[in-house]
Amino acid sequence: MMGITLMTLFEGAYAADKGKGIGSWLPSAGTEHANAVDWVFFFINAVSIFFFLLIVLGSAYFVVKYRQKDPGDLPEPSPSHNTKLEIIWTIIPIIIVVVMFIVGFANYMNAVVAPENAYLVKVMGRKWSWTFEYPNGYIDKDLHVPVNEDVKLLISSEDVLHSVYIPNFRIKRDAIPGRYTVLTFKANHLSPEEGYHLFCTEYCGTEHSLMHSKAFVHERADFDAWLVKASDYVNNLGPLRAGEKLYLERGCKSCHSLDGSSGTGPSFTDLYGNSHPLADGTNVTPDENHIRESILYPKAKIYSGFQPVMPTYKGSLKDPEIDAMITFIKAQSNVSRAEAEQVQAEFEANKPQEEEE
Amino acid sequence: MATTTDIYPGRPYTEVEGNYLTHEKGILSWLTTVDHKRIGVMYLMCISTAFLFGGLFAMVIRWELFAPGATVPGLNADRYNQIFTLHGAIMVFLVIIPGIPAALGNFVLPMMLGAKDVAFPRLNLMSWYLWVVGALFAVISMVTSAADTGWTFYTPYSTTTQTAVIPMVVGAFILGFSSIFTGLNFIVTIHKMRPEGLTWFKLPLFLWSIYATAIIQVIATPVLGITLLLLIAERVMGVGIFDSTYGGDPVLFQHFFWFYSHPAVYIMILPAMGVISEMIPVFSRKHIFGYTAIAYSSVAIAMFSFIVWGHHMFTSMSPLSNMIFSAVTFSVSIPSAVKVFNWTATLYKGSIRLATPMCYALAFLFLFTIGGLTGLHLATLGTDIHLHDTYFVVAHFHYVMVGSTMIAFLGGLHYWWPKIFGKMYSETYGRLGCLTTFIGFNVTFLPQFVLGTRGMPRRYYDYLPEFQTLHAVSSIGAFIMGAGLFITLFCLLHSLKWGKPAADNPWGSAALEWQSTSPPHYHNFTKEPTVGDPYDYQDFKWDPKAEGYYKTAEGQGAA
Repeated sequence: MMGITLMTLFEGAYAADKGKGIGSWLPSAGTEHANAVDWVFFFINAVSIFFFLLIVLGSAYFVVKYRQKDPGDLPEPSPSHNTKLEIIWTIIPIIIVVVMFIVGFANYMNAVVAPENAYLVKVMGRKWSWTFEYPNGYIDKDLHVPVNEDVKLLISSEDVLHSVYIPNFRIKRDAIPGRYTVLTFKANHLSPEEGYHLFCTEYCGTEHSLMHSKAFVHERADFDAWLVKASDYVNNLGPLRAGEKLYLERGCKSCHSLDGSSGTGPSFTDLYGNSHPLADGTNVTPDENHIRESILYPKAKIYSGFQPVMPTYKGSLKDPEIDAMITFIKAQSNVSRAEAEQVQAEFEANKPQEEEE
Repeated sequence: MATTTDIYPGRPYTEVEGNYLTHEKGILSWLTTVDHKRIGVMYLMCISTAFLFGGLFAMVIRWELFAPGATVPGLNADRYNQIFTLHGAIMVFLVIIPGIPAALGNFVLPMMLGAKDVAFPRLNLMSWYLWVVGALFAVISMVTSAADTGWTFYTPYSTTTQTAVIPMVVGAFILGFSSIFTGLNFIVTIHKMRPEGLTWFKLPLFLWSIYATAIIQVIATPVLGITLLLLIAERVMGVGIFDSTYGGDPVLFQHFFWFYSHPAVYIMILPAMGVISEMIPVFSRKHIFGYTAIAYSSVAIAMFSFIVWGHHMFTSMSPLSNMIFSAVTFSVSIPSAVKVFNWTATLYKGSIRLATPMCYALAFLFLFTIGGLTGLHLATLGTDIHLHDTYFVVAHFHYVMVGSTMIAFLGGLHYWWPKIFGKMYSETYGRLGCLTTFIGFNVTFLPQFVLGTRGMPRRYYDYLPEFQTLHAVSSIGAFIMGAGLFITLFCLLHSLKWGKPAADNPWGSAALEWQSTSPPHYHNFTKEPTVGDPYDYQDFKWDPKAEGYYKTAEGQGAA
């Protein structure tokens, strides 16, 4: 009783935080499947609350009613077993759990068996970000999908275990290095303006709790428009801004800082145009060719004091993107900052005025 | 003949002759002892120390989670990850798994059999030393660069992280052997050392549960040992078993790990169920309801425990495996439910005395019911996919491991305390400690069910502002719970010096261990104990002067 009351109170506290009404136990349902899961959840809750009250109120009643007055008191005799009763309280729970198993399983299959012709998005996890690759090859940091269409997520990881979790869809699947896992869903609502949360739920180290993306659900036409525009981001943003986007979204920032401190890899600050010692004893002064080589063949030149752990971006970054990345790295060095900013300024000046629809 | 009458009624407490605590003096006499009672007491001290550290780490975690962002000064995400790993590893391997069997079981088991010691007293001492060595390795990991893998050591994170994973894993490996030896010892003792007349179905239910636990310890723990060795081999030599960059499979590690660690959950809970089965009838002055069903359900739980490990991996296995493991998982819920019904039925028409141990037993009933029922949400595939690796799971297993096992351990400790140390503690402080811990526990973990349902993932250093209120409430609960445990600690330590001398049988139990003096003679019994039904309280009379019970008629009382 106390438990239930407390839980209701806590639920109220949460709702108050979120600025929502009391009574929404689960995050808002974004799919048909989520509604079905909620139904099963409430069914199990109802069964649980019934048995909880039975046990707790039952024993509380006995404790009060049969309270000992004096330690010498002996209770009136009562049976120490009752076969009929014991069989009943074994059979009834068996029936209940069989029902639970069946509804739970039927409901689960919806989230793992992808229908044919589902829209495919490849999801890649790494320490500590997600990327989502769309059929045209464009890679984004967030998940965007069309509403009322089946979507299939093909999930994998570049390093350790991660797990894709979208609470509003009630789905979750581990990202496992060296193999693909599948999730499928069909969003039946547009997402709120700020999108749905997409969390990592398999512990993966330092920034596990910051490995947080968004899931957006658009109308089909809006989705197509978004994809066209987003895919052309180098031309839309200019080399410096595009490089910055790549830096933030494609995993660079986990290892390469912008404040001069060494992470898993050397900082980008004052990297370009300055001499740096390599592990083999020679020195290198990074120019455009060196940076291009390091992106495509990261193990070719290892900086002194660092491990050869960077994955290659060969095949995943196209030439304009590599150019943008070089411009961004140049902008982090005093010797080349002016040059990089000049390139971006010229781009801005010559950019055709966009007519936003 | 009623030979006991000359000791019991109105027996003033005198210095017990041959008191096992004092008949030999000096620290060396303890470190070289083969007396199961002394080994039990040494376990109790060590486990309590580990519990203190594990608990302090828990306080740091809850302090950090009091608000989003960095909260504890100097505690960055990496440190936080190390602290929750230490909290989990210490609590699981050093506290909860050995807690009831090694500390209370060691003391009580031979005495319940009317025996002088366990079957292999030296092996028993060696188990304790292994525990100490295992603990030292955990300390080594702690002071070098504490492992940050979580207590589950999932690959490939555990094979690639820079922290000191190996000392921690070696520690867990050694603790595994401590556990295996204890289990082996108990199995042989229960088989071979029962006195005449003490048949299997006259054993106290605590022994049934310890026996079922011991079987799991002996069969499952070696798998953990091998898995941890493979993990070390992979880390040191790059053998490609779990790491996919060498052609291994990270999910294989999870299978191996949970093949031990799921049964280990029952290593934790079964002894707790046994303790509850002892306390509820004694404080209801009434025979336990459904003895046979409870005994068999312990064995059933032990058997089922081996075939349900996959339910920890519903988000990484194939739909077919998931279906099978979900179905089998539900089967564990039945024997657990049967036990709860039997305990509740035992209260019916009893004469219920709310002494401190009984308060713990009732707290257990409340908390285990929540812990068990929320297991249904997680066994059901559809809902588990949503709740897996969220705070719902954290709350669920804390209700089982802490709310049930820890509470039963504390209950058992208060129950056998007069026997172990010969002193009565203050009932007021005992009950106050129990109530405070109980309230604190619920305030800590009930909000976490809601957090998990709302989608808050576990093992997060930082979280979204929308989860803040519930996290703050949970943290406040943790501090209340900490206060409760300190009251309990104070109450028990206080009794050692200032407590009233305990009667030989202060609760009126019919089990054999209470036929000894309090504290017992170093040979346990000076007279052969008389074997009878361990739950028959008809012939016990209360002696207000000694504040204990004595038996009036000869052994075989009518049921």
